[in-house]
Amino acid sequence: MSPAAYVFLAVILFAIGGVGVLIRRNAILIFMSVELMLNACNLAFVAFSRMWGNLDGQVVAFFVMVVAAAEVVVGLAILMAVYRAHKSASVDDANLLKY
Amino acid sequence: MTTLAATGVLRASWLLLAFPVFGAAVLLLGGRRTDKWGHLLGVLMSLASFVYGVIAFFTLLSYPASERSRDLHMYSWIPVNGFQANMGILLDPLSICFVLLITGVGSLILIYSVGYMAHDTDRRRFFGYLNLFIAAMLLLVLSDNYLGLYAGWEGVGLASYLLIGFWQFKPTAAVAAKKAFIANRVGDAGLSVAIMLMFAEFGTVNFTGVFAGVKSSGSGVGLALGLLLLLGACGKSAQIPLQSWLLDAMEGPTPVSALIHAATMVTAGVYLMVRSNPILAQSADARMAVAIVGAVTLLFGAIIACGKDDIKKSLAGSTMSQIGYMMLGAGLGPAGYAFAIAHLLAHGFFKAGLFLGAGSVMHGMDDEVDMRRYGGLWRILPITFVTFGLAYLAIIGIPPFSGFFTKDPIIDAAWESGGTQGWLLGGAAIIGAGITAFYMTRMMLMTYFGARRWETEGVLGGAGAHPATPEPHVPHPHESSPVMTWPMIVLAIGSVGAGGFLIINNRLDGFLAPVVGAVPAPHGLWSWPGGIALVLVVLAMGVAWTMYGRVPVPAVAPRGSVLTRAARADLYGDAFNESVLMRPGQWLTRLSVYFDSRGVDGVVNGLAATVGGSSGRLRKVQNGFVRSYALSMLIGAVLLVFGLLVVRL
Repeated sequence: MSPAAYVFLAVILFAIGGVGVLIRRNAILIFMSVELMLNACNLAFVAFSRMWGNLDGQVVAFFVMVVAAAEVVVGLAILMAVYRAHKSASVDDANLLKY
Repeated sequence: MTTLAATGVLRASWLLLAFPVFGAAVLLLGGRRTDKWGHLLGVLMSLASFVYGVIAFFTLLSYPASERSRDLHMYSWIPVNGFQANMGILLDPLSICFVLLITGVGSLILIYSVGYMAHDTDRRRFFGYLNLFIAAMLLLVLSDNYLGLYAGWEGVGLASYLLIGFWQFKPTAAVAAKKAFIANRVGDAGLSVAIMLMFAEFGTVNFTGVFAGVKSSGSGVGLALGLLLLLGACGKSAQIPLQSWLLDAMEGPTPVSALIHAATMVTAGVYLMVRSNPILAQSADARMAVAIVGAVTLLFGAIIACGKDDIKKSLAGSTMSQIGYMMLGAGLGPAGYAFAIAHLLAHGFFKAGLFLGAGSVMHGMDDEVDMRRYGGLWRILPITFVTFGLAYLAIIGIPPFSGFFTKDPIIDAAWESGGTQGWLLGGAAIIGAGITAFYMTRMMLMTYFGARRWETEGVLGGAGAHPATPEPHVPHPHESSPVMTWPMIVLAIGSVGAGGFLIINNRLDGFLAPVVGAVPAPHGLWSWPGGIALVLVVLAMGVAWTMYGRVPVPAVAPRGSVLTRAARADLYGDAFNESVLMRPGQWLTRLSVYFDSRGVDGVVNGLAATVGGSSGRLRKVQNGFVRSYALSMLIGAVLLVFGLLVVRL
């Protein structure tokens, strides 16, 4: 199976994640879409790593996983705080920081 | 003549300056603590200067004529490589004449002020300024270089500003002080440019250096220097075209007017001209300009004096006219220098006498200055009347009073300058003598003779009313106290005798000859131009009597002829200044303000408004919705990728 298919799949997943970030209002779902985009990137990295036959891509994929895990910890904590303050997980309700 | 170093008692000539400077410093820095005795210190310092001046005068007299120019080096003021400005005192026959006049007449005026200003709460400050005035004038005449002279010149301007505006609660006085200062600035600019030109041409500003340099330079430099110095002299001496400040300067207390007119201020221009005689000697055209300015001013001032009902303003016009005679004399070269100084010294006596007399009348009349409100005062103010009358006879040139001896030689010298010039200058001087007799006789008749015309019931807010305390204005004419009458008596004696003393036997001529050159052809006391002038004087007295003595003087001024109205308006000198100088200046400032507010400010403000407006719109992007931020990030990322692709492909 050619690596190109993995790359295409990664693009599709990234696009789905991006659209999810843009159109969803629930912070949890936006968060999940971000995870999807990160994992699409991981897939692309691993695919390219396979294509070029070295390990750089795979190392980066590990880094991304670690960063994503840390991000989940911090992000979910923020989400909990926002929910307690606003009684809502909608990002449109957290719009105080503006002009 | 050569200048020698000062020796013996002349080594202390710095005392001349130190006394009044000390007085001014104590009175002005000491504040109210010195109120009780301040005026006495002021008089004492001025008298001390006078006493030293007399000692110095007799010391100079004891030297041979060629060794009477003595220089005392005080200190190096600006010692720069290539430019040495030293402060030094030059005592020579010319400066000692001025020292005696300034300190002598000045001291008399100070003594008089003790009485005149007795009721003024600010008498101490007044005496401080008077001492400053005398100190500045002494620096002016004693300095041995033009830079020191200029320092004194500015000091005189400052002191006159302070004194003319002494009653600064009167808006007219404050305006008059500013006017005097600004008109003087115009002249000062001429003097300062002249000094710069001297430095550029000769590399020095010492009198000796400049006079040595100007002899070997062309007549162009002499002409330029002469005209610039003349501009300076016009400002300080109130000559055409910078004459307008002098009449308004009457707003100051009367002793100030006496000091300005007799001793300190207006004589400075004549001093400058006579001191700079080697410069004038280089250029006949410059001398001609000086003589023309003098001749025009002597007629101009005399005509103004005829139209004024204010006794002090009439005397001010008279001063312009008499200084005009001196300038005319100075413009005639060696034939006139000595006579200009002689007239200046005699004028110092009789004009101080006239002003102090006018002050005495005002003192008795509750500060009324309108001569139409006087009349018949000779019985009530006998001492003032006699001293004023003697000064009057002196100024119009009746023999054997001072003016006859000192004015006639100037008329003669003008007449003898030859040709059309002689006809015009001599004619102006003769006619001026006639007009002088007319306005002075008019003043005598309106003030001391005729019916009494002052208000006996009292007018609210009259001439003497203080703005703070408007009380009914009822004059109670009375003779002044002895502290005021004695100086007047001394000045009257000077008015009678000074002219004859200076002119007979060519005393002053011989004394000044080492400095200004001898009069080429001294002539006797009687000459026919002087005779014509005397006949004209008697005729003018008769005319004045038929107009103001034979018929009663109306208490309210009639409309008068065209010439009278012009004279009342200072021959439209102020109107000329306003339309030619003030209005265009105002237009220029308005144009500049318009350009500044619309042009310069417009650009700056417009730029700021543009930035502010666009950022106001731009900040709407920060709408608080995370999704729109994410969209803009995505658009940015996509554009970046496209950009990379475009660059790569």
